[in-house]
Amino acid sequence: MIEIKHVSKWYGASFQALNDCTTAVARGEVVVVCGPSGSGKSTLIKCVNALEPFQKGEITIEGISVGDPKTNLPKLRARVGMVFQHFELFPHLRIIDNLCLAQEKVLGRPHDEAVAKAMKLLDRVGLKEHATKFPAELSGGQQQRVAIARALAMDPIAMLFDEPTSALDPEMISEVLDVMVDLARDGMTIMVVTHEMGFASKVAHRVIFMDRGEIVEDAPKTDFFGKPRSDRAQKFLSKILSH
Amino acid sequence: MFANFDFDVIRRALPYLFLDGMAFTLTLTALSAVGGIIFGTLIALMRLSGQKLLGRIAGLYVDLMRSLPLVLVIFWFYFLVPYIGQWLTGASRPIKVGAFASSLITFIMFEAAYFSEIMRAGIQSISKGQPAAASALGLTYGQSMRYVVLPQAFRNMLPVLLTQTIVLFQDTSLVYVVSIPDFLGAASIVGQRDGRLVEMYLFAALVYFTISCVASFGVRQLQARIAIVR
Repeated sequence: MIEIKHVSKWYGASFQALNDCTTAVARGEVVVVCGPSGSGKSTLIKCVNALEPFQKGEITIEGISVGDPKTNLPKLRARVGMVFQHFELFPHLRIIDNLCLAQEKVLGRPHDEAVAKAMKLLDRVGLKEHATKFPAELSGGQQQRVAIARALAMDPIAMLFDEPTSALDPEMISEVLDVMVDLARDGMTIMVVTHEMGFASKVAHRVIFMDRGEIVEDAPKTDFFGKPRSDRAQKFLSKILSH
Repeated sequence: MFANFDFDVIRRALPYLFLDGMAFTLTLTALSAVGGIIFGTLIALMRLSGQKLLGRIAGLYVDLMRSLPLVLVIFWFYFLVPYIGQWLTGASRPIKVGAFASSLITFIMFEAAYFSEIMRAGIQSISKGQPAAASALGLTYGQSMRYVVLPQAFRNMLPVLLTQTIVLFQDTSLVYVVSIPDFLGAASIVGQRDGRLVEMYLFAALVYFTISCVASFGVRQLQARIAIVR
């Protein structure tokens, strides 16, 4: 469904953020991207829905090229859900309006239908009773669950998560991961940048390890956790799993 | 000194001062503020658009307006607008533009330069993640600005925009140089007619002072309330 072929990206003339990255995410697959900070994992996932431009290579979503200037990007992005590290709920809108805005303005759904959809999804993430509150009135974990519901309201064909739990207090991480596990078990196509190896070992099909802008390892979960081939991945794993 | 003052001249002139003069001043202030904020927001968007040419034009406009004295702009516009109108419409004579329309256009153009800087700061105060989230949901650049970025920028900047509007309220008195009877103009007309300029100017100062002070107090209250909501 998502094909990434030989993608390279530079910031300015000198700093190379991505170096010849190639991978793919099949329909219904859950792929975890991990690696040390500055390894380019967030950059890569942002390239998938063109929030970051890239200079070389090609990314396609269901055959539609992301980098092609002729592609209708808003239309393409509307079909791919994205969840950010810092939630990025719209603080001036109530929770319910956060979920309805794009449904109405982008998909052209009638207001009643959008509200019904929003309430159903808020119920699914366990936040129905908070519909009329403003984002600032919710905890981080609750805000992130709203952000997931907001992305789901667009009926996406795939979901991208960019470090969805990194900005959360430890006691709130599991409530967000529960929602994500739920989604994965429902068969959603998911690409997620995370250090939550528990989540990876529970639901991921494949794990991609990145370092210095390169995809160093791209292996089925069992192989990756069993014995990573590269030294760098082994070192990384031993560091984050040793505690 | 006050023994010679004739305060009754003020009382007699009150209806004219407020129903004509102050009504003009307040209408001009309100319409200029609304027009200036809309036009200023467009200029701010041009400057932030990333398009070199658009940004350059907007920047030049702001610099030009901010480096000219307002009185000069009022003069120029008052005398130039009829000829610009003639040039635009191809009429054979300079078209007639009323005093109100002329001063309104002047203030919108002039204040837009200042409002644009405020809106630019407001837009820049919104984190990059907000438009990114809007884009990720499929909103176009225009929709993202309209529904996500500008409402927040406007709300954040509301106290500053209102403070600038209070300055604008005082600045409108400058239309007096082209003999338009705003509040100050009206006071001056009465003062000259009755030979009571000192009383009238004192009274005018008191009125400007009172209104500006009350408005400033209101803005501070609003600022405190916004701070709590955030």
